Amino acid sequence: MGHPVHLIIDGQPHDLTVDPRTTLLDALRDHLGNMSPKKGCDHGQCGACTVLVDGRRLNSCLLLAVSLDGAEVLTSDGLAPDGEPSVLHTAFLEQDAFQCGYCTPGQICSATGVLREAADGHPSVVTEDHGHDHPIELTEDEIRERMSGNLCRCGAYVNIVAAVRQAAGASTASEGTAR
Amino acid sequence: MRPFDYVRADDPAGAVAAMAERPDAAYLAGGTNLVDHLKLGITAPDLLVDLGRLDLADIEELPDGGLRVGAMVRNSDLAADPRVRRDHPMLSRALLSGASGQLRNAATTGGNLLQRTRCVYFQDPTTPCNKRAPGSGCSALGGYTRYHAILGASDACIATHPSDMAVALAALDATVVVLGDDGEKRLPLTALHRLPGDEPERDTVLEHGDLITAVELPPPDGAARTRSTYRKIRDRASYAFALVSVAAVLELDPDAARPTILSARIALGGVAHAPWRARRAEQLLAGAPATRESFRRAAAAELERARPVAGNEFKVTMAQGAMGSVLAELAGLGEENEDSPDE
Repeated sequence: MGHPVHLIIDGQPHDLTVDPRTTLLDALRDHLGNMSPKKGCDHGQCGACTVLVDGRRLNSCLLLAVSLDGAEVLTSDGLAPDGEPSVLHTAFLEQDAFQCGYCTPGQICSATGVLREAADGHPSVVTEDHGHDHPIELTEDEIRERMSGNLCRCGAYVNIVAAVRQAAGASTASEGTAR
Repeated sequence: MRPFDYVRADDPAGAVAAMAERPDAAYLAGGTNLVDHLKLGITAPDLLVDLGRLDLADIEELPDGGLRVGAMVRNSDLAADPRVRRDHPMLSRALLSGASGQLRNAATTGGNLLQRTRCVYFQDPTTPCNKRAPGSGCSALGGYTRYHAILGASDACIATHPSDMAVALAALDATVVVLGDDGEKRLPLTALHRLPGDEPERDTVLEHGDLITAVELPPPDGAARTRSTYRKIRDRASYAFALVSVAAVLELDPDAARPTILSARIALGGVAHAPWRARRAEQLLAGAPATRESFRRAAAAELERARPVAGNEFKVTMAQGAMGSVLAELAGLGEENEDSPDE
């Protein structure tokens, strides 16, 4: 039985009719041809399908598309409008933060969420100064903890941490000058 | 995945009414556990009642100084709330110890309480499991038991409750607010989850259609003399379920000549079918001197009832050691660890 769903994907509005069993991941890949998010485990364990829904990083394999009527979805593709790489895309390239690249779009979306969560002062379990609500410096420990929902079977973790650290520094710097 | 109907509930009463007409319906909240189970064939509801648009996503202050946490508040939002971080850091730490950033962004307060065990046999429909298929047997007995219960289990089921949040809420004396077709009821969080007994298919005391609408946190104790924390022991440093976890609130008497315990509230995770409130240890600690010896004795007394199975005997020592060392840390006795395995 089809249900109508309106979604804004990477800035473009789409009207779909979906079986309620359809996950957001399958809607993106199979219905809309957006191959940016990847199907790794399809059980919310690997993070390869991570996208941003209304600004929050989520596993798209565990979301039913029918429940997201009206949502704005950003994939790693959408973070590079007109092919212009984001600060994270650039950092992943410069730090050599991938090998096969399959997990990379999920890593990029997840790291985009991490930068925002840290800027908003959201603690992680390794945050020492837990009670205070101020932007959190993304140390290597913080990045490892906050990115633990994204697996990389090539084992590029060391460079992924370096890339997120580079992007975190860049976004802090640009906030200082641009605002 | 078996086909199912889908409706979006507009208000809590409408959600409860939608469930009442359909015995095989299920609520959909964050979906992090349910959608996975639909794929695995662990559950096959014929209707999903989506709670996503209910007005239950706020954290409100109660007249008594407590907090009312709406059932649809996401785990990440609850953990980041400044009032929770200030008054109940144990709860914030417990939430942030669970799952991954993506999952915490989706998972809800109500759903976290109602998530099901991660017992590998429960999650594998090709194996017997009394919780999934009552009467079929327990594959964990004689199987892989590292994540299984050492307290309060039965011959029918040795599964554990996987939540970190619920362990902290148990130690906090939180209250669960439930809407059913006979109106609203309130129950202590420690009365929500059941031990398996001979009905392991029932995780909680809730009936079909009962909807958790909120969790209420009591006002914070006097911060000056109360300290709390959450410690989780697991096989990986992040993104893994607990082998053993401890949530503890310790209240010391500031006026006593020697450091004395006024009260302790302790809950253990990873060891039972429900968050395990360590009431025997609590009783022994009330009024006792705040010494390592007191904490060790209380932890040993609590674990006296442990009945591990082949393969998880180590969790008895681990739970005892963790409880003793967390309490010692809260009492300001430092992190000294005298319970090394080769002692």
